[in-house]
Amino acid sequence: MIQAAWAYLLSHPKLFRDALVTHLTLSGSGLAIAAILAVPLGILLSQSPRAALLAINAANIGRTVPSLAVLAIMLPVLGTGFLPSLVALTLLAIPPILINAYVGIRQVDPDAVESAVGMGMTRLQVMAKIELPVALPVISAGVRTAAVQVVAGATLAAFIGGGGLGDFITSGIALMQLPLLLLGAVPIALLAIGTELLFHRLERALTPRGMRSGSS
Amino acid sequence: MIRLKSLTKIFPGQATPAVDQLSLEVPAGQTCVLIGPSGCGKTTTLKMINRLVEPTGGRIVVGGEDVTGMDPVALRRRMGYVIQQIGLFPHMTIAENIATVPRLVGWPAARIAARVDEMLTLVGMDPAIHRTRYPRELSGGQRQRVGVARALAGDPPVMLMDEPFGAIDPITRGRLQNEFLKILKAIRKTVVFVTHDVDEAIKMGDRIAILRDGRLVQYGTPDEILARPANAFVEEFVGTDRALKRLALVTVREVMRTDTHASPPRPCASIPEDATVKEALSAILALNGESLAVVDQEGRLLGHVTLRQIQELVAGRSDPIP
Repeated sequence: MIQAAWAYLLSHPKLFRDALVTHLTLSGSGLAIAAILAVPLGILLSQSPRAALLAINAANIGRTVPSLAVLAIMLPVLGTGFLPSLVALTLLAIPPILINAYVGIRQVDPDAVESAVGMGMTRLQVMAKIELPVALPVISAGVRTAAVQVVAGATLAAFIGGGGLGDFITSGIALMQLPLLLLGAVPIALLAIGTELLFHRLERALTPRGMRSGSS
Repeated sequence: MIRLKSLTKIFPGQATPAVDQLSLEVPAGQTCVLIGPSGCGKTTTLKMINRLVEPTGGRIVVGGEDVTGMDPVALRRRMGYVIQQIGLFPHMTIAENIATVPRLVGWPAARIAARVDEMLTLVGMDPAIHRTRYPRELSGGQRQRVGVARALAGDPPVMLMDEPFGAIDPITRGRLQNEFLKILKAIRKTVVFVTHDVDEAIKMGDRIAILRDGRLVQYGTPDEILARPANAFVEEFVGTDRALKRLALVTVREVMRTDTHASPPRPCASIPEDATVKEALSAILALNGESLAVVDQEGRLLGHVTLRQIQELVAGRSDPIP
């Protein structure tokens, strides 16, 4: 069966490559847009507890909505294709990034912040020199969670005509062709694992030396 | 010199002021300890001096300059600030932590590096070993030393310290207190020091301000406060053992007799010259003896202190102020 999948891949290299590129483009841009929006928003929210309560609760509710439902909601609003898929994936990626950016800044030792202010740092300097570097590992952990979710979630783009590796899975199911299904499923699983590992390394690289566990 | 004029703080939504018309003058180069029970306004007063808390009313004058309306960021860079939980920056090395204010005010790199080493040495830490370490690799006592070094690095004329030794075990605390007193002898700073520990206030303060409900109850030297508490509250606050506490203000060197070399009254044990008379009394009582030999750092005999002498000292000082 794996052999059959392999044979199919060899006979249709362009088809596979296009699906892979679409999948990665969808996930990559969805994640990037979400990070660009949610990281600053999370940091901003950490400065205003009242607004944060509202936004974080909304994000948490957003988190519980299944990925497929998000895609389904997009269908009547934006129709089918690449753009609605991208919007849906961005929405999927925002909650974990937003929550971690907020929590990351909030969990910075308030005594460190007080001494920074007390020594004459401006609000912006406290953010740039103390709060952001200390919060960076937590923020990047949020991006890692979102990345894995988006890579896996992009599979569902096939349902609304967004393309990607999910196309093989939907076709495989429709045609009752297991090899075709595997051609989508196996690479997606590998991508998800690879993403997790890659972002884990990134997270460690972004953790300041004085705060790394297991090194001294 | 720091002068507080009718300093008042009313927190929003509170009926009674946290600090109420507080007026106080700390002469240049002296240490003023603010002390009182929880909620007396001592920390609020301290934080108004560097404007972490914005005063509701009153003036603050530092070194002759009214700083009440000054830009707080510029003001804070001229004041060292040490808090109980230290608040070292976990992602920065010890050197980077200490360099905070010099960097903020833009010293050249070479001067900063030299200053970092100077500060580490000042607080008794080897720069070669500790410069590149991170805060979590240090003990509590070392962290507090770095906190003091960091506050001193910009060479501010004023130091504000909020229970700086409060979270440290008693033995290390005593050592840090002594080290800080030694540092203050070497570099003159005007210090405002908050504590709730009477013994620490007596030890560290040139002057003690006792606060209650945001008001100044008594302001004077430790000896004045112990000898003549202004009212029953102060009397109770400083404790019933004020006679003993006053003995802690005098070192044996100041009271020892040096004319007994010829016939020492059976010296049983020795005590270092910089020990307090209170410690000497305690040692004499513990040994069930009559006297102690006072020795210098090398162990050379300097004189003697006797139980009789201590009794005379207490009797003679019972009402020392005319």
